[in-house]
Amino acid sequence: MNIIVCIKQVPDTEHLHEVTINPESNTLNRTGIPSIINPFDSNAVEEALRIKEKLGGKVTVMTMGPPQAENALRETLAMGADEAILLSDIKLAGSDTWATSVALTRAIEVIGDYDLILFGKQAIDGDTAQVGPEVSELLAIPLITYARKIEILDGKIKVERVLEEGYEVLEAKLPCAVTVTKEINEPRFASMRGILKARKQEILHWNLEKLKVKEEEVGLKGSPTQVIRIFSPPPRPKGEMIEGENTEEKVAKLLEKLKSHRII
Amino acid sequence: MDFELNEEQKLMLEEVKKVCSEKIAPQAEQVEKEGRFPRLMLLASMDLFGLVIPEEYGGLDMGFLTWSVIAEEISKACATTGLSFGANILCVYPIMAFGNEEQKKKYLTRLAKDSIGAFGLTEPEAGSDAGSVKTQAVKKNGKYYLTGRKIFITNGGEADIYVIIASTDPSRGARGLSAFIVEKDTPGFTIGQHFDKMGFKGLPNVELVLEDCEIPEENLLRREGAGFKVAMDTFAAGRIGVGIGALGVAQRALEEAVKYSRERVQFEKPIASFQAVQHLLADMATEIEAARLLLYKAAWLKDQGKPFEKLASMGKYYASRVAMDSTVKAVQIFGGYGYTTDYPVERLMREAKLFEIIEGTSEIQKNIIALKVLKEYK
Repeated sequence: MNIIVCIKQVPDTEHLHEVTINPESNTLNRTGIPSIINPFDSNAVEEALRIKEKLGGKVTVMTMGPPQAENALRETLAMGADEAILLSDIKLAGSDTWATSVALTRAIEVIGDYDLILFGKQAIDGDTAQVGPEVSELLAIPLITYARKIEILDGKIKVERVLEEGYEVLEAKLPCAVTVTKEINEPRFASMRGILKARKQEILHWNLEKLKVKEEEVGLKGSPTQVIRIFSPPPRPKGEMIEGENTEEKVAKLLEKLKSHRII
Repeated sequence: MDFELNEEQKLMLEEVKKVCSEKIAPQAEQVEKEGRFPRLMLLASMDLFGLVIPEEYGGLDMGFLTWSVIAEEISKACATTGLSFGANILCVYPIMAFGNEEQKKKYLTRLAKDSIGAFGLTEPEAGSDAGSVKTQAVKKNGKYYLTGRKIFITNGGEADIYVIIASTDPSRGARGLSAFIVEKDTPGFTIGQHFDKMGFKGLPNVELVLEDCEIPEENLLRREGAGFKVAMDTFAAGRIGVGIGALGVAQRALEEAVKYSRERVQFEKPIASFQAVQHLLADMATEIEAARLLLYKAAWLKDQGKPFEKLASMGKYYASRVAMDSTVKAVQIFGGYGYTTDYPVERLMREAKLFEIIEGTSEIQKNIIALKVLKEYK
């Protein structure tokens, strides 16, 4: 089993309140905010490692980002991934999910030999959940989203896919793309040996030339979506407490209010 | 001189901090209240058991300084986990220092992976006076038969591998002692009484009962009569570990006290703004830093292959005192709340006391330091 896992570096949620918005450029100011691997992507890496440990094969982790995204890749090497590739080129800057998917797809095509591509179900910063589906579309391979359990059968994959109430069981042919939820597993801590090994391991840097991507296909130019405005939502107004002598009176008042607002 | 951790140490510490904050610290209260054995296997899965063990036996050979930096973090998160993790060293070290090639291959590889270790010297009538061990090892047909009782054995019952001190020649006192590697399933080896303690309720401290416990000859460490030396050297190395445990508790007390004193408002001000509280924090921080430097130096000396025993005794003696003082101060800063079990500082205070007793009491440490000093400056 050759498994490719696509990951993203996101701002550490514990520091999310420190992220500010630059209203001029419509971008997030993340200076000084520590980055982490998008949590769902850690689940994807863990799942890839578990499949490899069971069936053998190779786990390649890939991300697109600035040079400091190497740290995230190194963490996955410490967990046990075999190879890490960083898609890094100044011309990739400003890519939306589509342009990102184009770059990732080309990289996957350069790797060539793969059975399974794993993603986290979405990134906790943008919450778009688009890159996994887009990559599968571009590669023209089956896609299963929101996996909570993966089983590899002979040339096939069996997945429990989370629904709003319960789950469904789906099967698809390999190669296949799957996005995973956090229920699927608990990511391991890196071992000390893994950390020491990862420190010395080489991380491959691939640029547009290596990806055989034209400049206009990626970056701002290759991005069909443009951010017009970015803003913090207004804080939710304080709730209203309904006062009353007893519960019955309070309930009566509440019902009246709901009726007057035509909610019931 | 370089006080900076190297890149490898920093990366390892970062991951250990992560496991401590996500897994170890949140369970500290349960470990204490339910008397549950801590999750050592989680640490083993991260290769932490093999930190000081040479690479040829499956370890990482990172030395005692790296071990100390990491063990402090574990003790800070949960002192019971830290001390149980530290007690492994008492089994690892004598085999590393005194074992022959076969013994190292057989046992260190297991200890580097996931076997828990323990050390047994203390008996009802032999503690500080280690020479008066009564457990006997009688040799018959190429085998040793151990009979006697050991008490207060940390990790006892949970451990897979024990180093046990017994007398092969009672007429020679301390010089008649020998050290044996004993596996837990050996016939004649049973776990007796569990001691209920003031703190560290999740840390097993048990009685080992040996009744004609049959040990193959090849499990004797070094030679007959070397047991006292094995024990003393093991204790010297172990003191770094116990001192580090105390340091973790003291550091936790400081961090809790700082956090609380910033949040707690009295007379319309956080109590951290009062000089009386500030001075307590200043003393704690200063003493903790001093204790850390003593212990790091002891560990560094050990890693350099230089005499470290004096510094290890100083570090253990001082860090355990600092742990006691700092935790008492932390409880004082917390006031009434500090005396309740809703906050961790009362637990830290109970835990701190142990460090002044185990692995050689503070009085024994002072004896050792004084002897070294008297020799050094004559």
